[in-house]
Amino acid sequence: MQAEISLAIILIVVLVADLVLKEPNHRALQTLSCGLLIVQMVLNIVPTSGEAFGGMYHSTPMASVVKTILTMGTLLVFMQADTWLSRKDTRFKAGEFYLLTLSTLLGMYYMVSAGNFLLFYVGLELASIPMACLVAFDKFRHHSAEAGAKFILNAMFSSGLMLYGLSLIYGTCGTMYFDDIVTIISGTPLQIMAMVFFFAGLGFKISLVPFHMWTPDTYQGAPTAVSAYLSVISKGAAAFALMSILLKVFAPMVASWEVMLGIVIVITITIANIFALLQKDLKRFMAYSSISQAGYIMLAVMGASAQGMASLVYYVVVYIVANLAVFGVINTIEQNNDGTVDRDSYNGLYKTNPKLTFVMTLALFSLAGIPPFAGFFSKFFVFASAFHGGHWLVVFLALVNTIISLFYYLLIVKAMYITPNDNPLPTFKSSALTRASLFICLLGVILLGICSSVYQVLTNTALL
Amino acid sequence: MEYTILILLLPVLSFLILGLAGMYMKHRVAGCIGTLSLAVVAVLSYLTAFNYFTAPRTAKGVYATLTPWNFEWLPFTNSLHIDMGIMLDPISVLMLVVISTVSLMVHIYSFGYMKGEKGFQRYYAFLSLFTFSMLGLVVATNIFQMYVFWELVGVSSYLLIGFYYTKPEAIAASKKAFIVTRFADLGFLIGILIYGYYMQTFTFTPGEEQLMKAGMVLPWALGLMFVGGAGKSAMFPLHIWLPDAMEGPTPVSALIHAATMVVAGVYLVARMFPLFIGFAPSVLHWVAYIGAFTAFYAASVACAQSDIKRVLAFSTISQIGFMMVALGVCTSMNPHEGGLGYMAGMFHLFTHAMFKALLFLGAGCIIHAVHSNEMETMGGLRKYMPITHITFLIACLAIAGIPPFSGFFSKDEILTACFQFSPVIGWIMAIIAGMTAFYMFRLYYCIFWGKENKELHAAHTPHESPISMTFPLMFLAAVTIVAGFIPFGHFVSANGESYNIHLNMQVAVTSIIIAVIAIALATWMYAREKQPVADMLARRFSTLHRAAYKRFYMDEIWMFVTKKIIFRCVSTPLAWFDRHVIDQFMNFMAWCTNAAGETVQPIQSGRVQSYTMWFLGGIIVLTVVLLLV
Repeated sequence: MQAEISLAIILIVVLVADLVLKEPNHRALQTLSCGLLIVQMVLNIVPTSGEAFGGMYHSTPMASVVKTILTMGTLLVFMQADTWLSRKDTRFKAGEFYLLTLSTLLGMYYMVSAGNFLLFYVGLELASIPMACLVAFDKFRHHSAEAGAKFILNAMFSSGLMLYGLSLIYGTCGTMYFDDIVTIISGTPLQIMAMVFFFAGLGFKISLVPFHMWTPDTYQGAPTAVSAYLSVISKGAAAFALMSILLKVFAPMVASWEVMLGIVIVITITIANIFALLQKDLKRFMAYSSISQAGYIMLAVMGASAQGMASLVYYVVVYIVANLAVFGVINTIEQNNDGTVDRDSYNGLYKTNPKLTFVMTLALFSLAGIPPFAGFFSKFFVFASAFHGGHWLVVFLALVNTIISLFYYLLIVKAMYITPNDNPLPTFKSSALTRASLFICLLGVILLGICSSVYQVLTNTALL
Repeated sequence: MEYTILILLLPVLSFLILGLAGMYMKHRVAGCIGTLSLAVVAVLSYLTAFNYFTAPRTAKGVYATLTPWNFEWLPFTNSLHIDMGIMLDPISVLMLVVISTVSLMVHIYSFGYMKGEKGFQRYYAFLSLFTFSMLGLVVATNIFQMYVFWELVGVSSYLLIGFYYTKPEAIAASKKAFIVTRFADLGFLIGILIYGYYMQTFTFTPGEEQLMKAGMVLPWALGLMFVGGAGKSAMFPLHIWLPDAMEGPTPVSALIHAATMVVAGVYLVARMFPLFIGFAPSVLHWVAYIGAFTAFYAASVACAQSDIKRVLAFSTISQIGFMMVALGVCTSMNPHEGGLGYMAGMFHLFTHAMFKALLFLGAGCIIHAVHSNEMETMGGLRKYMPITHITFLIACLAIAGIPPFSGFFSKDEILTACFQFSPVIGWIMAIIAGMTAFYMFRLYYCIFWGKENKELHAAHTPHESPISMTFPLMFLAAVTIVAGFIPFGHFVSANGESYNIHLNMQVAVTSIIIAVIAIALATWMYAREKQPVADMLARRFSTLHRAAYKRFYMDEIWMFVTKKIIFRCVSTPLAWFDRHVIDQFMNFMAWCTNAAGETVQPIQSGRVQSYTMWFLGGIIVLTVVLLLV
């Protein structure tokens, strides 16, 4: 419970600070919340396990590692939100951004360490509803309000379906505790239906096809920092929660959910890739890219083993740094050039902003899975884990898809380096915090690959 | 021994600093960073060697193999994983000492030799990179780590050969070196894959059970690995890159193409030696035959070359052939019964590294003084360059096998091992040793005695090099004088037990007599102002002389095979197939993907109602499928 309690305290401190500060002081709030998140990471760096509320809350060492990773990602997003939040029309409500983000983070904490479906659902909603506010944060700009509406409508719909599935589980098993359900559940048709409904609810958060339709609209409309947060933190937490519940609760039905996952993974990766090919708007493009990455994350679940769990978490870490690097670059370019997110306007960027281009290139290489960057190793581990589970057909189809993904990631690299352009975007200097976050991401992209023994550490934690 | 990690970290750190920030530094600063880090590495290596060899032996009478660092890098299965780490055993510690000593000397020497060159910082950065890779190669804990560093060594060699990238010959030479060794490395890689696939491990010492599984394919795996080693160590017919590699700066030739990288192949065979003896003795004997032929071939070519660095290059090839022969003639792990060659080969590797580096650095001083590689511009240089002259002479005596210089002892052990294996090989190697003495003294006389090129020397008087260049010469000469008296067998032997080197009088006397005759012959032919005998012989056997000068047309044969046969008969049809069949198929696939993208685009309509329809439809389909399965 320690991590949740300290995060709740941080939440309250930020809230009070926001109220107490007379002038809307964005800088002070930012320093405060970033500093507190670092404290939070340090406090919970040692993986622990614990139970509370009579077993409703049940945290494993792996879950606590995941929480630390999510906190780190949130910190990076806070750092990247710097320029955006110091804009005139957002400055006065910057405190709300931190508050809302921290409360979704708290919700994810509960999601990954629930021991009962009720607490899980509460965590899920805590992570969803403030998220809708975040998406609609720039409500007078672009399509932010529309994106918010689409997000909340879809979230409601999927929550409804999930609740329906949970009630079916309660109806057939008579309990909501994970530890009890696993002894009773046997895979009757009603339970299969319940599982699919539950899966769809989380599939919405992870944005798996066909539950992904909200993703491109929302990512495009939401402020870029929020899109970044949605694409890595929210997705990572949901993926981990899904895997642990499938392994813990639906273990007797492994044959059914493996078939389901196999179908969904192949469709997700393929459809997302086909859509991504034609996108011109980079935020929309990254939405499809993140859908396809979600498919790869799910491959780890197919392994259904401790190694699979470790490869999932490793993939999520690598994905967080690489994706946040890309979003960071998109964000800083957008903020410094009147909202430019068009791929064509990136033509010839190399000439004017070589460092940003370099970061972007390495991050895209990592996302595409080119060695020696971290993305190659993370893909390798999820493929290996699914392969050990005997799902070679899915692995093969996923491998074919990486070639397509390579093509569209390289399109951006080509635009930045090769495509001639007489008026590339002017040279500009991003804020210090953005640069620091990009530097951390870059280090992650390079070092996580070379020191892939991190994976070994994760496996040992998963076995605990 | 945890501090050994510094031996790897310091050079890579210095590479990063010099590579990233070098251009903002003064030459002197950059050179100092590289040299200082190497000096620390050298001290640490000596410390490691001292600690390692003074530690008590295990109950079996061997030095324990230590693994102070090891971490799992890429796991495949429980037993099959790629590790990165540091392993210390007698031969890796020996190599640490050799590499760090020669590298340090080359770093110091380059201060003088490369003074004022454009890209001085880049040069030191590459030297650091090379040293790092080479050290990583020798301390590898498993065959795959060795392969990774093996390729890194290849890359840094490529970069250094092509250091003068404005010279077309340098570019061509660097590409040639890279392509030829890379081609050979393909064999190495396949060998590793076979090894890993059948044994389920990459370690050098697989367990009994794993060996049982793979016993049948092991000769193939080891043979293919040797192909890689033959490429790096310039064994015939893959030697063609080494003479051209002399286009690089001379200190680089001393470090990479004489003392360290080119003996990587020998080191590889020594590393896999127990497996060779146990499972593939016939492959090992092939190593010996190839080594012997290479030694003979290179020695005969060396007799006819006129570029001093080329002579030294062929002499290197020939000497590596000696080491390969020494390893190849072994028949058991016991140094008293047929396992002597292992110790002899490693001993020769050690002594050769020192005196050959000395020869190259001396050649560098000479080239520095006369601004040319050709022998005809030299002659009579002994008056102008006394230190270079004396040290060069010491190295020549060592390589010719004259006691008490180090080369005599190691070569004597090799010949003894050869005679034990078969008298035929023994006599062949003894004659090649005689040829070595002959061409080395031909070189020596042509440089330092003989007819002086007065016009050239009048325009530009040759002079002795600065102290930064002569100090390494003197240091290496001192090592060359004393190294023969090191009780080498005490440290390194085939089964690890202590072995007392004792000279085989018969062999020693024979080889000394042959060497003395060869030197006398060279003196008679080349020491005077005019060389009537040599000219007469060259005219009399002009075809042979010309062939030897042209390296027996090996480059032309390779060119014929690649350009005329492979390019025309294999590549051109395949290129057509690629262009017209495969590319078109790929274009078709790309077209399909794009068309699919266009078609499905309308699904994403932006209307929430249709989104929920898809959502619900997906759930229903999934449920139905799962219920039916």
